[in-house]
Amino acid sequence: MIDKNLIGYSFEPVQLAVEAGRLKFVAKALGLTDPVYIDAEKARAEGYSDLLAPPTFPFMLESDAFELDRLCDFFGQNVKHLLHAEQKFTYHQPICAGDQITFAKTILEIFEKKNGQLEFVVSDNTLTNQHDILCVESQTTYVFRNA
Amino acid sequence: MPKAADWNIGDELPVMKTEPLTRHALALYCGASGDHNPIHVDYDYAKEAGLDDVIAHGMLSMGYLGKMLTNWIPQKQIRSYKARFTAITHIGETVCCSGRIAKKWEEDGRWLVKIELFADTPKAQSIIGEAEVFLD
Repeated sequence: MIDKNLIGYSFEPVQLAVEAGRLKFVAKALGLTDPVYIDAEKARAEGYSDLLAPPTFPFMLESDAFELDRLCDFFGQNVKHLLHAEQKFTYHQPICAGDQITFAKTILEIFEKKNGQLEFVVSDNTLTNQHDILCVESQTTYVFRNA
Repeated sequence: MPKAADWNIGDELPVMKTEPLTRHALALYCGASGDHNPIHVDYDYAKEAGLDDVIAHGMLSMGYLGKMLTNWIPQKQIRSYKARFTAITHIGETVCCSGRIAKKWEEDGRWLVKIELFADTPKAQSIIGEAEVFLD
């Protein structure tokens, strides 16, 4: 059973650099061919400061900031029982190569289904850039299968 | 560029279907995404965890679905994007990404549409999602 006293807990925010090489690697992995994701000059011509991070990139920063093994340990759970149940993003400002993002995470909910066979952990996240501008809010729901 | 005047409730976005997922695709996504859970790339580990084989990252399919969306409109027009992971995607399966307009409204002088999104493998619906998108 995950300790419900953790509801409302905020992790120490993590600082992350958004690197151009990483974004190109992500574009390759997702098969993105739009120049805003792979050509800095064309991204700038579209009004971005540099290569644009794609819509699901905030979750990649979350993976960098909060490694799964450590996160599972924190909840007293085994990563083998982990599934990603739901993911939400609300976009305010683009994230681009060269940005320095502060990733903050707070636990919003912990609840069970099926008599405790499934335990859900919902967290709210904010990604703020080096200009103190809120770029993205996200919500991540993990489920641990205890059956 | 899609215009608000041309898109209405029930209209379907251009479908995008991937190639069958390879182990190589999952390895690339593991490295690029920072999600290093071995269940996606290590066959022996997946077996130990009680699976028949490695399974795709849910976020890989959400990434493909996002690509379908940004093929249709520039990313800056996306206000929100969410996904519920409803089934596992296996090696060798294609991911078919689709969407249709569910709602259309005006807010502060700009048009918005709500798009229902779906990722489907040949056997199951792996994502049910939603996006809110500005249209000019």
